Amino acid sequence: MNDGRSACIHDASVSGANHFRAATLALLSLLAMTLLPLVSDAGVLPEDRADLLYHRYDGGGVTIHGPSLLVRKTMAEKYSVSANYYMDMVTSASIDVQVSGASEYKEERNQYSLGFDYLRGKTTYSVGFTHSDEDDYKAKTASFNISQDLFGDLTTVTMGFSRGSDTVRRRDTITDRIDNNFSEPVERWSYRVGVSQILTRSTIMSLGLEVITDQGYLNNPYRSFRYVDPENDTQYKLATEIYPHTRTSNAVSLNARYFLPYRAAIHGSYRFFTDTWGIGANTFEVGYVHPLKATPWTFEASFRYYDQSRADFYSDLFPSIDYQNFMGRDKELSTFTSKSLHLGASYEFAKTGWRFVKRGTVNLYYDRMQFDYDDFRDARNRSLAAGTEPLYSFGANVFQCFVSVWF
Amino acid sequence: MDTTGISQQSLPSSSSRQEVTFVSSPLPSWQRTRASGLVRCGAAALALFALSACGNIEPWVKPYERQALADPIMSFDPNPVSSAYIDHVYEAREGARGALGSSGGGCGCN
Repeated sequence: MNDGRSACIHDASVSGANHFRAATLALLSLLAMTLLPLVSDAGVLPEDRADLLYHRYDGGGVTIHGPSLLVRKTMAEKYSVSANYYMDMVTSASIDVQVSGASEYKEERNQYSLGFDYLRGKTTYSVGFTHSDEDDYKAKTASFNISQDLFGDLTTVTMGFSRGSDTVRRRDTITDRIDNNFSEPVERWSYRVGVSQILTRSTIMSLGLEVITDQGYLNNPYRSFRYVDPENDTQYKLATEIYPHTRTSNAVSLNARYFLPYRAAIHGSYRFFTDTWGIGANTFEVGYVHPLKATPWTFEASFRYYDQSRADFYSDLFPSIDYQNFMGRDKELSTFTSKSLHLGASYEFAKTGWRFVKRGTVNLYYDRMQFDYDDFRDARNRSLAAGTEPLYSFGANVFQCFVSVWF
Repeated sequence: MDTTGISQQSLPSSSSRQEVTFVSSPLPSWQRTRASGLVRCGAAALALFALSACGNIEPWVKPYERQALADPIMSFDPNPVSSAYIDHVYEAREGARGALGSSGGGCGCN
C-alpha cells in the first residue's frame, strides 16, 4: 500500500521534451559528422533468409499464440528488403479481468512490418514501417537507422530514431462493441545509439542507449485502481486509473559474448532502466550455446533475472478515491521480480545446400517465467479484508517453434 | 485533463488529497536525469571525436583472425524473428523498455 510519502508526479513539459529532442538530434548529428570521414571499402548486408515461427504464451490466466513470418532478400548487393507478419490470438481471464468482474475475452492483433536497407561503402541506412492493428488499439511506427563500420571493422556504431503514433479505443463491456465516443491518441519518440566492439579474437561487446518519450493516453482504459470503501474499511471499490500524460525513459544495456576454445559460446548482458514515473529496473542475463560436435544439433540455455521498483503513483490500495492526482494499480508498475529459464534446441538441415536453399534450421525454444510481486495483492478473494490478501505471483510457459531457411 | 501535465499541488485542495512537498533541487528529477544522460552522451561523442582524429587505427584483430567471431553462435541476434517475439513478451509484462534492438507497436498485454 502507498505509504503516503509517494512522490511528486510530474508530467514532462512539452517545451522540456522538445529541448531534449533537439539536444539528442544535435548529438546524433555530431556523431554522424565524427564518423563519416572514416568510411572506406564495403560493409555487409544481413543474409537472405526466411523464418516461420509459431509462438505460444500461457500464464496468469492468459493464453496468446499465433504465427510470425519474416523474409529478407538482398538485391544488387547494396539493397535489402524485409517483411514481417506477426499475429497474436489472445484469450484472457487475467487477474485484472477477474477483479474487475468481467468475463474472459478473446481478441486478435495483427502486425505488419516493412524494412528497407541501403548499403553505401561501410554505411548502412535503414528505414522501417510497422502497423499494428487490434479492435481497440492501433499503432503505427516509422524508424530510421544508420550503421557504420569503423577501424578495420572492429567497431560498428549505430544510431536510430523512431516515431510512433497510436490510437487507443475502448470496447463497451456491456454491449461488447467498440465505443465510438472514445478515441485517444498516443505519440511516441525513440532515440537510440549503440556501439559494438570486437575486443579480442574471441570476445565481442556491445553498448546500447535508448531514450523513449511518450505523450498522450498512456493508461489502459479497462484497468482500475482500488481504494478503501469509505463505508466499510475492510472492503474496496474500483475506479478507472489516472496516469500522467507523458513518460520519458532511459535504458542502457551492455552485452558480451565469448567464444570458448571447443566451439561453444557464453554470453551475458545487463540493462539499467529508469524513467520519469519513478520506475527503476535492472535486467541480468547469462547464457551458454553449445553445438554438439559432429552432429547437426545445437543446444542453448540461459537465465534471466529482472527486478524493478514501483512507479511513484502506483499503489495496491489507495486510502480514498481522490487520494492524489495520478493513481494506478497496473502490476507492471509495481515492485516485483521476474526470473526466466530458457532452453533451446536447433537442428540444422541441408548443410551443403539443396536447390535454392543454402542451409536451414528447425528450432524449438522453451521459456519458463516466474513473476513475484512485492506490493500487488491477489484481490480476487473478497472474503479477506482489503489490503491483507496474499501477494500475487504467477508462472508462465512460453514455446517457440520456428523454421529458418537461408537462400 | 491537461495534457501538458499537472502536479499534485496544482489540484483543487481536498481534505483527503495527499499533499506533496517539492524538495530541494532547483531542477525536477526528470530534468536532472536527462541532464546527466546528456552529459554522458556528450562525453561519449567527444571520446569518439578524439578517436577519429587518430586517423587510420591498425586493427588489433586482423580479418583472418575473426573466424570464431564469424561463427553464427557468436551473433548478438542470431534469430531476429524469435528475439523480437520474446522482447515483446517481456515488454508487455515489465515496466522497463528499450535498448534491446527491436521496435514495434501494439500492446497485446491486457
